[in-house]
Amino acid sequence: MKLKILHLYPKEMNLYGDHGNVLAIKRRCEWRGIDVEVVEHEPGNKIPDDIDIIFGGGGQDSGQGKIEDDLQTIAPKLKDFINNNTPCLVICGVYQLFGKYYKTGSGKTIKGINVFDVTTDAGKERYIGNVAIKSNEFGEIVGYENHSGLTKLGKNMKPLGEVIVGAGNNAKDKTEGCRYKNCIGTYLHGPILPKNPKLTDFFIAKALERKTGQKPKLDKLDDTVENKAHAVAAKRPR
Amino acid sequence: MEKLSIIIGKSIQAISRLRGGGGSALPGLVIERINPKFIKQILSKLPLGVVVISGTNGKTTTTKIISELFEKQGLKVFTNNTGSNFVRGVISAILQNIKITGKFDYDIAVLELDEAHAVKFTEVAPIDYSLLLNVQRDQLDRFGEIDYTASLLQKVADATRKTVVLNREDPRVGKIKAKNIKYYGLSNSLIKKFPSDDDLIVTSNTKSSNKNADVIFERLEGQRATYSIDKKDYTVNLRLKGIYNAYNVAGALALCHTVMPDAKVQRFVDDISTIESAFGRGESFIINGKEVEILLVKNPSAFQLSIASFADDSHDYMIAINDKIADGRDISWLWNVNFNKLDNNIKLVSGIRAYDMALRLKYDNIAVDRIIENLEEAVDAFISDGEKPKRIFATYTAMLEIRKIISGKSIL
Repeated sequence: MKLKILHLYPKEMNLYGDHGNVLAIKRRCEWRGIDVEVVEHEPGNKIPDDIDIIFGGGGQDSGQGKIEDDLQTIAPKLKDFINNNTPCLVICGVYQLFGKYYKTGSGKTIKGINVFDVTTDAGKERYIGNVAIKSNEFGEIVGYENHSGLTKLGKNMKPLGEVIVGAGNNAKDKTEGCRYKNCIGTYLHGPILPKNPKLTDFFIAKALERKTGQKPKLDKLDDTVENKAHAVAAKRPR
Repeated sequence: MEKLSIIIGKSIQAISRLRGGGGSALPGLVIERINPKFIKQILSKLPLGVVVISGTNGKTTTTKIISELFEKQGLKVFTNNTGSNFVRGVISAILQNIKITGKFDYDIAVLELDEAHAVKFTEVAPIDYSLLLNVQRDQLDRFGEIDYTASLLQKVADATRKTVVLNREDPRVGKIKAKNIKYYGLSNSLIKKFPSDDDLIVTSNTKSSNKNADVIFERLEGQRATYSIDKKDYTVNLRLKGIYNAYNVAGALALCHTVMPDAKVQRFVDDISTIESAFGRGESFIINGKEVEILLVKNPSAFQLSIASFADDSHDYMIAINDKIADGRDISWLWNVNFNKLDNNIKLVSGIRAYDMALRLKYDNIAVDRIIENLEEAVDAFISDGEKPKRIFATYTAMLEIRKIISGKSIL
C-alpha cells in the first residue's frame, strides 16, 4: 500500500514548522508499513491524478501573494479531490485562501478558492500564543496561533472545535478552524499534527478508506511521547 | 540641559545604589523623560562615532569581536550589555561611565542593537556605521513575520549616516538600500553550508551573490579560516567555534576596515586569533576531567548551522528546550531543523519542553535514551554518563540555568 501526499507550496508557505505535519503523516504511515510519497507542488506544476492526502501550511503575506494565481489555476482539481472525500489539511495562510477571500492589512483583497464558506479580514491586533480547543470527534487539540486575520464562518460551516484557550478564528465566537467533508482548515501551528496523533490518524484512515473502499483498522502505535508533549503544551501559559 | 542631566542621572544612580538597587533602570527612565536628546548629546562627541550591530543571529559574538578588535588598535570602546529596555540601558551605561564634568572618555561606541528596539533607538541616537548580519526566523511571537523584521533593519540602514555593512548572501539583508554600502560574503564553496531561512527546508541557494564584496570568507579547514580582503588572502587560526562565527568574523573585519581604512588589515586578522567565544555561545568547561561545551540555539537557522559545525561521533549530546518569554513561547521552529546528523549521539533531552524535543527526534527516527525535564538532574545525569566529552545545545533561559549549574561544578 502506498499513499501519495500533495504538499502545497513548501517553499512559499513553510513558516512555523508546518512541514512537520507532513512528516507526522509520513512516519505514522511508515511505522505501520504503509509507503508514502510526498509530491511538492510549486507554482506552475501540474497536479497528479492519484493524490490521497492534501496539505498546505502557513506563510507570511508575501508568500500568499506569490501563490495566489497558481492556487486559482489548480482550484478546480483541488475541489474535485475534496468533494470526493480526499482528506486535506490547510493551516493559517492557506486556510484563509481556501475561503472566499482574504483582505490584507493594506486593503488588498486576495481571492480565495471557495472550498470553505468563510471570509477573512485582517484585524488590527495580532493573536499570538498557545491554544487549546475541544472537538467532539478528536477530543482536546493543542497548538500555537500567530495571525491577525479574523475569519468568519458562513451559516452552514462547522468549526474544527471550540476554543478553550486562545483566539481561534476571530477572537469572538469561540470557534476555531473549519471542516468541510474531510477537509480541515485551522490556525493552529505547533505543528498541529505531531502532538495530536488522533487527528493525524484521521487523515491516514480517511485516505485508506477512500483508496480501498473499506474502513481500515490502523495498527496501534505507542503514543507515550506524543501524549506527554500534548499534556505539557496544554498547561503552558498563553 | 546636558550637564544637568548628568548630575541628576548620576545622583539617582547613587541613591538607588545606596538603597540596595542595581542602579540601572530608574536613572534611564528619568533622563529619558527630562532630556530625550541625552544619548545624542553624548554619543555625538565620539571622534569615531557610533557603530551598531543588528540582525537575528550572531549579534552578541560579533559585537564582542568588533569591540576587541578596536581595543587592540588602542581605541577606548564604549559598549553595552543588552537588557530588556535598550534605550534606557544605554543611558544608564553612559551615566555610569561619564565623568561628572561631562567628560566621556571614549573614541567609539560599539552597540548590539536588538531589532525590536531598532526604531526607537534610531530616533534618539546618532548611528554612523551599521553592520546588518541576517534576518532569520527568531521568535516570531515577538516580531510577527520575517519580512517585518527586514523592514526594521531597513530603518537602521536609513538612519545610518556614513556606511552600512551588509551580508550580501542573506536574501533580505542583501536587498537593503542605503547611500553607502559595503558588502561581505561567502565563496561559492562555502555557500552550501549556509542555508538561508528560505532554504532551511528546500535548498536552492548554491551560488554566492554577484554583488562586489570587500571581505569574502573563502574557506575553513578545522579552525583555520581564510578571508579575502580587498582581493588579498589572509589566513587565521580561530578560537571562536562554529562556521557561523567564522562568517561573523568576515562581517566584523569588513566593518573595522571601513571605520579604520588606514589601519593594517594584517593586524586586524592577527588579533582575531586571540578572541574567545561569548557567554554561553560555545563556552567550554572542565568537569571531572571531561570537557563540557554549551551551545546557545535560538532559532532554526542557528540550530542547523550549529549541528553542521558540531555534530560528530566523538561527543555525547544533550538538548535543552525551554519556552519562556526570552526563549520564545512558540517552539514550532524545532520542526524546521533536521537532526539526522546527531543520529545516535543524543543521550538526553531536557527543559520545560523536553517531551516536545523527544517528539521531534522521534519523527526523525532518532531514539533518545532519557527524558529529564529538570535541568539540574539532567545535567548531572548527562555529565556522569560515559567518558566522552559533552556538548549541550540549549535555548536562552536553559543556557543561563545550565551555565549556572555547571559553573558550580567546574574547575577552570
